Amino acid sequence: MESLYAITTGVLTACGLYLVLRGRTFPVVVGLTLLSYAVNLFLFSMGGLTTDGAAILDGPSDYADPLPQALVLTAIVIGFAMTAFVVILAMRARSEAGNDHVDGRNHEDGEGRP
Amino acid sequence: MQHLIVLPVVLPLVAGILLLYRRQGATRAKRLIGVVATALLVVVGIALVARAAGGEVTYYALGGWQPPFGIVLVLDRLSALMVLLTAVLALGAVVFACAGDDERGSNFHGLFQWQLMGINGAFLTGDLFNLFVFFEVLLLASYALLLHGGGKARIQAGVYYVVLNLAGSSLFLIAVGVLYGATGTLNMADMAVRLGELPAERAGLVTAGGLMLLVVFGLKAAILPLYFWLPRAYAAAPAPVAALFAIMTKVGIYAILRVYSLVFGEQAGPLADLEQAWVWWLSLGTLVAAGVGVLAARDLRLLVAYLVLVSVGTLLAGIGMGSPAAVSALLYYLVHTTLITGGLFLLAELIGLQRGKAGTRLVKGRPLHQGGWLAGLFFVGAVAVAGLPPLSGAIGKALLMASAEGVQRAWLWPVLLGTGLCALVALSRAGSTLFWRSQGEPMGLPLPRRQWFGVAWLLGASPLLVVLAGPVSDYTRATADQLANPRVVVNALINDAGGTP
Repeated sequence: MESLYAITTGVLTACGLYLVLRGRTFPVVVGLTLLSYAVNLFLFSMGGLTTDGAAILDGPSDYADPLPQALVLTAIVIGFAMTAFVVILAMRARSEAGNDHVDGRNHEDGEGRP
Repeated sequence: MQHLIVLPVVLPLVAGILLLYRRQGATRAKRLIGVVATALLVVVGIALVARAAGGEVTYYALGGWQPPFGIVLVLDRLSALMVLLTAVLALGAVVFACAGDDERGSNFHGLFQWQLMGINGAFLTGDLFNLFVFFEVLLLASYALLLHGGGKARIQAGVYYVVLNLAGSSLFLIAVGVLYGATGTLNMADMAVRLGELPAERAGLVTAGGLMLLVVFGLKAAILPLYFWLPRAYAAAPAPVAALFAIMTKVGIYAILRVYSLVFGEQAGPLADLEQAWVWWLSLGTLVAAGVGVLAARDLRLLVAYLVLVSVGTLLAGIGMGSPAAVSALLYYLVHTTLITGGLFLLAELIGLQRGKAGTRLVKGRPLHQGGWLAGLFFVGAVAVAGLPPLSGAIGKALLMASAEGVQRAWLWPVLLGTGLCALVALSRAGSTLFWRSQGEPMGLPLPRRQWFGVAWLLGASPLLVVLAGPVSDYTRATADQLANPRVVVNALINDAGGTP
């Protein structure tokens, strides 16, 4: 289970990072979303992966660490708010600059053309 | 008063909520609430400094959960100093904004208070994940404040700033997760204890987590390879917001100072002083890059933004040296540079307002309506920020240079003095262009008294810091000693069960 989990997180992070480095705002926003998914999964695994563990701390040995779950919940809420904000910001930038490049310049050649 | 420690977080929060009551109109009431809340924050800051000055570390356990299980706010000399500094800076900025900048968009004062809440929380918290949460609070408010008033330049700068900081937040979470996985705690003092007894096979994991944190804090502090967002964002931000942002880079510097002195202090064994080599060389690089930027800037706001970078490089050099003397010097310099660069952002706005179409660009323009006063203030600010005697910049730099030893001295002195020379050349060129190379009739309206107050309040800090150099440097010296001895914090939080709630 560990290796599958690690590979999933790694692939998500790699895809997110690639998209964040693109030149247009939409892929960048999607990339940030993927990155935050990957981070949430990663945080979730930091208490160690257990199956069938109790959710609370008073079991003798086999319990699931509750703290990462609380952290992930916080991170999800913050990530969600941030995504909403960045989408609105990207739309404002699109209408102000007249194009959807992150640097606001209209590239006639090279990368970023559809 | 046992709840004093939580007031710097609760007060702006309550004020911000009150300000939400009416979205439009009621300008006078909103300004009153904003200014009064910020002035109260100054009072709270003074009370906190008075409480922390004795050297006792006190904490406030939120919800009554004892550390290391609950979230704590920790008050020591450093956090008290930073809270007071934030409040003083914010008061100047908010009074300045009351002259009309706050009406260019919606809910300026509410966002301003929330930003203060985030900054104060970041300074006070003793929990690594809570630090992340307060970083997000201050960043969210800063995104909205940066865009206050709208306009193409602001939105473009905002896109960079937001995307970069969101990526930084992801990295912060990964670093916190790694450190939690390796040590099993998020409380910084507890983490310091556990690092002392860390199994050898986890050392690599903790090193990775620690250095990832340095990248995140470096992004906030605008250290060399991560500073490119800063000049554009600060130059585009509305003046009072840019002035408040002068403390934002210092949040990053504070976080570096706090985390690496407490968690990766002497008790961490082989992991101690993980950051020092990186910070030292990158700080010198930042200084050189900022010096070039200062010379190349063609706009007064951009020039001041690069001066912020100069101060970041100088402060980080103090962290890179690591000795208590250097940390003491950097704290003195931090107080000086935050207030002065904040004041200069406000002053740049005033100069831009009176020059009509030329604005803050360094080109020939119309003479200024109130040129004499503005030139006088500019002179004071320039002398202070370039680090010339008799103002506070010179004292800060002299303290920092005196604390450099051996081979560090050979690197620091030429770089620091060279950057100072760059700043001096650029500022004198800017001043002579703005005030002397002019033609035509003066235009523009007399400036409101509130704006004069904001600028004078912040720039007046420099002579005050010279007069009070003795007590202030005594306090920073004591702060540096406290930081060098993390056991005090650990004992106060972990070993001392019970005590204050």
